[in-house]
Amino acid sequence: MDIQFLSDTFVELLRGVPLTLQLAVSAICLGFVLAIVLALFRASGIAALDWFARLYIFIFRGTPLLVQLFLTYYGLSQFDAVRNSLLWPILREPYWCAIIALTMNTAAYSGSILYGGMVSVPYGQIEAARSCGMPRAMIFRRILIPLAIRQALPAYGNEMISMVKATSLASIITLMEVTGTAARIISETYRAIEVFIAAGVIYLAINFLLTRGLHLLERKLSPRVPKQDGGRSYALEGQP
Amino acid sequence: MTEIGLLNILSFGDGGWARALLAASAMTLAVSICGYLLGAVIGGFAAWAKISGGSVLRIVADAYTTVLRGIPDLLVIFLFYFGGSAMVTAIGRLFGAQGFIGFPSFLAGTVAIGICCGAQHTEVFRGAFKAVNPGEIEAARACGMNLSLRFRRIVAPLTFRYAIPGLGNVWQVVLKESALVSVTGLTELLRQSQTGAGSTGLPFDFYLIAGAIYLVISTLSSSLMHVADARASRGLRRA
Repeated sequence: MDIQFLSDTFVELLRGVPLTLQLAVSAICLGFVLAIVLALFRASGIAALDWFARLYIFIFRGTPLLVQLFLTYYGLSQFDAVRNSLLWPILREPYWCAIIALTMNTAAYSGSILYGGMVSVPYGQIEAARSCGMPRAMIFRRILIPLAIRQALPAYGNEMISMVKATSLASIITLMEVTGTAARIISETYRAIEVFIAAGVIYLAINFLLTRGLHLLERKLSPRVPKQDGGRSYALEGQP
Repeated sequence: MTEIGLLNILSFGDGGWARALLAASAMTLAVSICGYLLGAVIGGFAAWAKISGGSVLRIVADAYTTVLRGIPDLLVIFLFYFGGSAMVTAIGRLFGAQGFIGFPSFLAGTVAIGICCGAQHTEVFRGAFKAVNPGEIEAARACGMNLSLRFRRIVAPLTFRYAIPGLGNVWQVVLKESALVSVTGLTELLRQSQTGAGSTGLPFDFYLIAGAIYLVISTLSSSLMHVADARASRGLRRA
């Protein structure tokens, strides 16, 4: 194995890291907002909203992300109405299309995770808040959402990790993030193994840091829970 | 060219794409199923290594699942497609062949999917094995069953029963992952839709149809999984 080539490749791949991180962070943050909306729709008890959220989650979880990406990037440009609209400068860019597709995709997964978290909040907590005289919005903000997030955090962490991995699909619509750069170098040099190792190390490092951060966050969010390790771990630690 | 609509695409006659899309769906299923089965075999061995292997085997299996869960599947597909092609080309050159020889994309896709989902299979099998009541294994031992008989009659069927829901989830992931194999040029569903989109200028319609087909396959297979789960746990009392 050629160390010189490996380190050159590594340096070149590092230039793709900012884009990978940008895509992941924007998709996760925007997706989180959308996911809360979806989870609230599901929990709202209003049939129309509930069904909308169910349908959304069903469609986005049932189709490959790559199809969603292609629909956004290539599909929408089929319509003159889209091409002449004010949004065209955004929908023309692969960068924004990738963010839109990743956001909509992760929103579906996170939405159902957060809904699961909300359902698991004990009713007594809500009741207590209500008896303190909190209005509905305040109960959501101070009681329901924080407790639901704490409950959903392990599963949500896994979703964040898979989002980091999913940013690699942006390379298929010409974005030069880590995987895109790796694919270019491989097709130029045909040294797949070295490039794979370099890119793999980068992704593993990102996901390792993310996992550590999530562990810290989890510990911070559950100060009084005694140490118990019943299945609360993330994908990278090897337990489902 | 632009007069072709959604219904024309779906016709079987001239200018229709239904036949091609069906064939491509079959290819999607084929590559998914082969990759899934390969992953199940890998996962079975890796789970065995984690549960009762020596420390070396366990470290190897842990490294395998950790790495494969941390890196994108697309990267693995690139590795096998380009890496395989480079290998085949090198071998070809040894025998005097000239130029580039492509690695069969079906094989590359199957192996890549198998290795990616093998990591998930590992955890599913390991979790399912943990769910087996140790008393049952003890009882089998008390009856004097030897290791292979115990595995065949007690451990494997019970583990499989607990594994079914997890296996269903892995299948859903694999089905969607198979779309990534389109980058190797294999004419599966997404690749065929790309071709169709290119030659008719109707990308939206084609990707919509592709999405709908994926949705149908995943819905059908999830209801199959429910049936299998219900059947496997018919003797089980559930809370």
